Amino acid sequence: MIDAPRVELWAILPVLMLFGGGLIALLASGFARRAAQAPFALFTLAALAAAAASALWLWNRETTTALEGMVSIDRLAVVATLALCGIGAFGAYLGFHYFERDDFRRNEFYALLLFALGGMALLVAAADLIVVFLAVEVLSLALYVMTALTFRRGPTEAAMKYFLLGAFASAFLLYGVAMSYGASATTSVQGLARALTGVGGSQPLALVGALLLVVGLGFKVSLVPFHMWTPDVYQGAPSPVTAFMSAATKVAVFVAMVRVLDVAFGSLAWDLAPAIAVLSAGSMILGSVLAIAQRDVKRMLAYSSVAQAGFILSSFVSPEREGIAAALFYLISYSAAVVGAFGVVMLISGGIREQTGFERFRGLGRRQPVLAALLSVFLLSLAGIPPTAGFVAKVLVFGAATSAGYWPLVLIGALASVAGAFFYLRVIALMAMQEPRGVDIADPSPLPRLVLAVPAVTVVVLGIVPGVIVPLLQEAGVLTW
Amino acid sequence: MRTPVAYFLLLSAILFSLGTASVLLRRNALRIFMGVELQLNAVNLTLVAFSRMHMELDGQILAFFSMVVAAAEVVVGLAIIVAVFRRTSTTDVDRASVLRG
Repeated sequence: MIDAPRVELWAILPVLMLFGGGLIALLASGFARRAAQAPFALFTLAALAAAAASALWLWNRETTTALEGMVSIDRLAVVATLALCGIGAFGAYLGFHYFERDDFRRNEFYALLLFALGGMALLVAAADLIVVFLAVEVLSLALYVMTALTFRRGPTEAAMKYFLLGAFASAFLLYGVAMSYGASATTSVQGLARALTGVGGSQPLALVGALLLVVGLGFKVSLVPFHMWTPDVYQGAPSPVTAFMSAATKVAVFVAMVRVLDVAFGSLAWDLAPAIAVLSAGSMILGSVLAIAQRDVKRMLAYSSVAQAGFILSSFVSPEREGIAAALFYLISYSAAVVGAFGVVMLISGGIREQTGFERFRGLGRRQPVLAALLSVFLLSLAGIPPTAGFVAKVLVFGAATSAGYWPLVLIGALASVAGAFFYLRVIALMAMQEPRGVDIADPSPLPRLVLAVPAVTVVVLGIVPGVIVPLLQEAGVLTW
Repeated sequence: MRTPVAYFLLLSAILFSLGTASVLLRRNALRIFMGVELQLNAVNLTLVAFSRMHMELDGQILAFFSMVVAAAEVVVGLAIIVAVFRRTSTTDVDRASVLRG
């Protein structure tokens, strides 16, 4: 006699909204390939709103896991899903504007965006390594195609590199899942935590599994030494896609890392912390140093995002819940800044043949004062200069790392921030102090500027009164199991 | 007499290393991709071996999932490689060099 599994679909309602919306958008784009994109964009925003609303509805649920322990319903997942929906909305609007400007109809973009977000929303709720693997694959496959979407030479080349290295990383992720399964006879996050606690002595198999999982997930968030794809892909992909993936992938994968590292392998925290510290320090140093040498703003932002991944990871050496709240705050402030920065770059670069070299930004303050001001706010936040959210975020993650006793890591982080300030401020200086050259190809339309003011205001408000969301994030950092 | 599980694990580790080596050493996108497929299949062998060691089925089910994912990866991956080939008439990853720096 086999008991039928309980089907609790309400537990993954946000994910279902996103996948359902994606399927409808895909069907519609098949029938109306060259139709106007505005209905698609509006539909995408509606699907995102529905997903966000159903995530909020899950906030006060008593149960902790559903669907046979495959997904967890906790506040961490809810907060992350809300952040993802917000990033998705900006991604959809920026994409709409980008394709509309060149009258380049790619209505599959919206379906792919929703599929990627569905995978991410599943990843932040995953309570089983099988679900982690499947969700990572769903989001990656959608992102590979989104990277190639304009079918120009640069984007397809970027998509090929992203795909080959991403698939390579997935193999390591799956090997990690297999090793963890071998060590504990279970793939569930809770089951792993139970199987691994109280076992004396060293557990080489579980440790190998955990390290392989870190490698697989580290690829997705571009930690050194798994960052090789990042500059090419961030530069080659259409700017709205870069804006979306640089923010959303980091949110989703870092939240999955919280569950994998803090819960499943929580008992191995002492063994894993040195490895995490090395990855974090390497990313902060190499990301900042290589960013200085760049002559292209998208490429510079790509290397800076490598460094930012290192900053976020530095909070993972602390197994306390302050660490989780700090990582969440950093992820939110980073997302707002990076979506805004790539959005402004998209407006400045002038159409689908994106020109993002430094010369485009020379003297921008005179020609496009609004865009220059917006970009400056985002760059200051990425550099971590008060009164922006980036400063508070750095204080929080370094605080978490210090309380775990990793002060050398904090020292490296502080030095990397100084190096970082140099290349961020150089772009601001370029915009403010130099004479403009060549023709102005920046987009003149007012609506995108208005939309991009939202992340700018977010960054400043979170920098001045971080208290508005920090208690919320601390509540989200309490994992109920 | 049953073959010890360790043999299967060793074989899959060797296959995984061969796949890794071919990803790192080959310059042709298709060959790199074949290396990735070899890695994924090596992991499937590991999963099935562990499944037998623990005398339960989760590992075998996971192996099915990974086969489906590998098939989906082939669909997307070959489409991207074909798109690159149409633009550059080569699948050599070293020639894909519009993006450098």
